[in-house]
Amino acid sequence: MRRRNERSKSAVRPWVLLGVILAVAVVLVITFPGRGQATRAASGRFLVEMAAVLPAAMILMGLFAVWVSKDTVTKLLGQASGVKGIAFALLLGAMPNGPLYAAFPLAAELLKKGARVSNVVILLSAWACVSIPQELVEMQFLGVKFMAVRLVLTIAAVVLMGLAMERLVARRQTSRPRTS
Amino acid sequence: MGLPAILINVLALGCLAAAFFKDRTRCLHALAIAARSFLKILPMALTVVVLVGLLLGFVPESLISRTIGRGSGLVGILVAAAVGAVLYIPSIVAFPLAGSLVKSGASVAAVAAFITTLTMVGLVTLPLEVELLGKRLALSRNAMSLVLAVAIALIMGVIL
Repeated sequence: MRRRNERSKSAVRPWVLLGVILAVAVVLVITFPGRGQATRAASGRFLVEMAAVLPAAMILMGLFAVWVSKDTVTKLLGQASGVKGIAFALLLGAMPNGPLYAAFPLAAELLKKGARVSNVVILLSAWACVSIPQELVEMQFLGVKFMAVRLVLTIAAVVLMGLAMERLVARRQTSRPRTS
Repeated sequence: MGLPAILINVLALGCLAAAFFKDRTRCLHALAIAARSFLKILPMALTVVVLVGLLLGFVPESLISRTIGRGSGLVGILVAAAVGAVLYIPSIVAFPLAGSLVKSGASVAAVAAFITTLTMVGLVTLPLEVELLGKRLALSRNAMSLVLAVAIALIMGVIL
């Protein structure tokens, strides 16, 4: 019961926030009628643009969640290593995944099953910031050049971070230097 | 509707049609998940719509360009990165906000820093991450992401 209450509370909070912001906006527009036109025009335009991309992104996410189970991800990533492992981690992270916190339990399980730290970190980071629907939405609002350059830099940063983190964690956990 | 919006809809419809012919029950299950996540993201998306309106209607461009504009340099990038690390909005909803910031005078570098920390660094979800992945891994991942986000922003500022 308590958990249910908590859950419904966390579902209601964003709506409350929306109500508060909306009320503030209405008061502002009434107080400064000169700004109303620009505010309404900007909000209207963004509402249309958002409506054009959000449902499609959600559908892609839903399809991926049903068709590729967590078990499949664990199996693919648990066994792969080297360049293949990095590529797998990037590819899986780039799928239309849900929010990052949904990836934490998956990552924990992968680590428990002995997957490489670098691959897990790369999966997490790619999950967070590389995703096919997300890139399309970024292109829509920020342009193709911004999206492409940031994508390339992000992938480089993610791989670099994965490799660096593995060294950092491995040095602590094993007294012997690893033969690799 | 722009080309990216058309692309993402064609992609979604194509996958949906393929899924429907392959396995109807799983396809419906996927649609149910999609509907649930849509409802979950909807209030945040609408909040951003209102915020973008207020931003473009009320906040003077001079203020935006002074804090995170071209002239603000590293300080502007750090401010944007910090805001992105603290805020908790789904990135897909944050892009319109980022786009309107660029239109009203924010620098490309600062906006890149904002988006990158928004997606990679999560202060709100950090306790959960520590619990599931351990303190060492979680803290160093977030710290390293923050540094890399600033680096990405600086490079983007030079290139674009």
